[in-house]
Amino acid sequence: MLSACGLQSAEELFTQIPAQARLNRPLDLAPGISEYEIVDYFRGLADHTAAGYATFLGAGVYNHYRPVLVDTVVSRGEFLTSYTPYQSEISQGTLVTIFEFQTMICQLTGMDVANASMYDASTAVPEAAMMAVRVTGRSRVLVARSVHPEYRAVLATYAKNQGLPIEEFGYDAETGQIDLADLEARLDKQTACVIIQSPNFFGVIENVRKAADLAHAQGALLIFTFSEAVSLGILEPPHDADIVAGEMQSFAIPPSYGGPFVGTIASKEKFIRQLPGRLVGQTTDSRGDRAFCLTLATREQHIRREKATSNICTNQALIALMATVFMELYGKEGLRELALQNLAKAHYLGSKVKPRFTGPYFNEFVAEAPEEINERLLEKKIIGGLPLKKFYPELGNAILLCATEMTKRADMDTLAEACGR
Amino acid sequence: MIKKVRPHITQNEPLIFERSSPGKVGYQLPALDVPAVDPLAALGEENVRTEITGFPEVSEVEVIRHFTRLSTWNYAIDLGMYPLGSCTMKYNPRINEAVARLEGLAWAHPYQPESLSQGAMEVIARLESALCEIAGLDAVTLQPAAGAHGELTGILLVRAFLEGQGNPRKKILVPDSAHGTNPATAGIAGYAVQNIRSNDQGMIDLAELSKHVDENVAALMVTNPNTLGVFEENIVRAAEILHAKGAMVYMDGANMNALVGITRPGDFGVDVMHLNLHKTFSTPHGGGGPGGGPVAVKKHLEPFLPLPRLQKIQDAWTWNHQLPQSIGKVRAFYGNFGVLVRALAYILAHGGPGLRNATVDAVMNANYIRHKLRPYFDLPYDRPNMHEVVFSDDRQAAKGVRTGDIAKRLIDYGFHPYTVSFPMIVHGAMMIEPTETESKNELDLFIDAMISIAKEIEDEPEIVLKAPHLTRTTRVDEVTAARKPNLRWQP
Repeated sequence: MLSACGLQSAEELFTQIPAQARLNRPLDLAPGISEYEIVDYFRGLADHTAAGYATFLGAGVYNHYRPVLVDTVVSRGEFLTSYTPYQSEISQGTLVTIFEFQTMICQLTGMDVANASMYDASTAVPEAAMMAVRVTGRSRVLVARSVHPEYRAVLATYAKNQGLPIEEFGYDAETGQIDLADLEARLDKQTACVIIQSPNFFGVIENVRKAADLAHAQGALLIFTFSEAVSLGILEPPHDADIVAGEMQSFAIPPSYGGPFVGTIASKEKFIRQLPGRLVGQTTDSRGDRAFCLTLATREQHIRREKATSNICTNQALIALMATVFMELYGKEGLRELALQNLAKAHYLGSKVKPRFTGPYFNEFVAEAPEEINERLLEKKIIGGLPLKKFYPELGNAILLCATEMTKRADMDTLAEACGR
Repeated sequence: MIKKVRPHITQNEPLIFERSSPGKVGYQLPALDVPAVDPLAALGEENVRTEITGFPEVSEVEVIRHFTRLSTWNYAIDLGMYPLGSCTMKYNPRINEAVARLEGLAWAHPYQPESLSQGAMEVIARLESALCEIAGLDAVTLQPAAGAHGELTGILLVRAFLEGQGNPRKKILVPDSAHGTNPATAGIAGYAVQNIRSNDQGMIDLAELSKHVDENVAALMVTNPNTLGVFEENIVRAAEILHAKGAMVYMDGANMNALVGITRPGDFGVDVMHLNLHKTFSTPHGGGGPGGGPVAVKKHLEPFLPLPRLQKIQDAWTWNHQLPQSIGKVRAFYGNFGVLVRALAYILAHGGPGLRNATVDAVMNANYIRHKLRPYFDLPYDRPNMHEVVFSDDRQAAKGVRTGDIAKRLIDYGFHPYTVSFPMIVHGAMMIEPTETESKNELDLFIDAMISIAKEIEDEPEIVLKAPHLTRTTRVDEVTAARKPNLRWQP
């Protein structure tokens, strides 16, 4: 091949690189190792984690059973090793799965349109806020303190550089729901959007309609976010919201130390041209057969460049596929039954450990607990709830407890006993 | 002559909603070990939905057939060469998938105690240090979820640094050959974009650059090798011009597959850059993600990196959330950890010498294609290239055949098309990146296919204009899709 290129040595391939820019030594990285050694190395690391522990952690990342079929599908090379489906004729497989994902997100959330995916909810929320700013021509953003603290942190990073003023509004100390009076007092004609989460970070279900009515009365949009997608199997969808920006991790996506997950943005039909990210649409091919393709690309960075609705390019397609397989396997009945099991488990735990807030909850709630409870539980190979002091100093020693269909009754009894001591 | 493929039967498959019938299920749940709860009583009537209208109801075998049939409608690296310029579609070793699924890593919760997360934190630490060495930079954050997200993070770092000096400045310079994400990112980061014209060699024009660099400029966003696949020979001088005015050099690392082990951005003047783990480090593209977009920086930008930062205290890893100058968080938790595991596995498998060899092979493959195809296609910037080569459809356009048509005809020959119509500085661009994992045999088949198409265009251009002919889906009506958007199934 060198001689075909008219070269004597491989080094000549790099003569265009100025000498001063060349690395004149080997990289300071060990020589390559075999497949067995790689497995051995990572097994050693995996042993230094929490494998084998029961857990009551939720807080935006949930332990749900992953049906075997999910990995069977996403391990197929035709999905795993294909590129973004720009070449429709040889990408119909991926395009159909995205179209089904978009459809099911709409069915779950009560929205009219959904995009192909966002990185996760923490980045979908600021993208939704920027969308509301474009739609309303206003810049002020109100966000509930009961929205996931990490989503709020990412929102703050994005907003600061867009020059968007962000203000937080409080929660009711008794119910754990948003403080409607506080929200109403802060809303004005400069407000682009109000962001709420339900179930919120405390696991409490919000009154979406009331929040929407207050926002709409001032001409602001309501952005609804969620971190526990399984709740949508039983909870009324947020019809009254204008934009939904949520996290689909619960749908067969492993916790994986925080990612990769998949976010979603869905909205009312009229905002379609302001949606960020990729969209798949139905059309026909030259024979008149049904076909799918990426569409409305004039919103996107590769066409619009600095005027694009977002800079997002690569997103989370394969992870969205996991969620798609999950939704189709569970289906209408299964998702409801799964939600009911989560509800039953968490309420069993709630009957043993008193929830701190009175608002209705799904599979997660805040509880008072002795300060050293988590250390005690670790001795029994149980990871307790998330201490909330770091995010909400006013809640003292409260912890956030989550129970899912994978939480065993015996572990809940052990936890309850430890809390009671 | 088409040598690589012949048609085979593929199954038809409706949308899952069209397969659905009431009462079918594909799931199993264990019996409840706690009392059932009445949702109306627990949640309140107004909060409970009656059903998820339209949601599918299918059996398990229908689900597996659905997705298996759909999968056969896709092209993939596992089926053959994927010469998409700028995308670095290389083989994705399956060992990376296996280790990412180890229970202790895949089921690690981001909020579990640090004492039970040391293995996961070690993955992050080791990858950070390997990427620093490869980039020749001092610190790296693994938080960004993809390349564009990394770009945003990098520009926010620049902004934070300049703000610390009293003036965030107003403009980002972007060459006209840049990826679309670059100007889009600058906009999202709150900067105005100034496009910079390339010289007649498609390179940074130092005179043009000097004209635009002043105290209003925050940074130049540069891709190196540039999108023509050519190393920016004046990069060191360009960096000096920017640095002299207190501005920085941001490098888009999309083309890092041409550089690893040969040269390091930190050594040629780059202050900050992102890497695409799903390109250079072979984590699978997955039909459009997930990716990983780590950002590497010089020392002066390190205090501004996103929270939290990993540090070692008394032989144990811990997350430091207390960094006053940090830009804050750009994503929840610590990034696309599962992607990081795969990238580290790739680096360990190759090792330092293996990574360098991969670069040599990638560059050699692209030069081989240039030499073999230059008699047949116009080469607007005819000079040695790095990992990719850009032809134009100039000669074929005379017959009314454009780059998009040639791309579609390649499908009939069993290849994924190259990147079409990019970079925009080349009219009718055909951007080809073979990567190092293609054998000479596969490259020769590709070259044969391109030459054969060039001959078809001479003799019977209609064949090319109407391609592809052998796919189950023919040319798609994208105009109607955009004009009358239909983005979801309706009963």
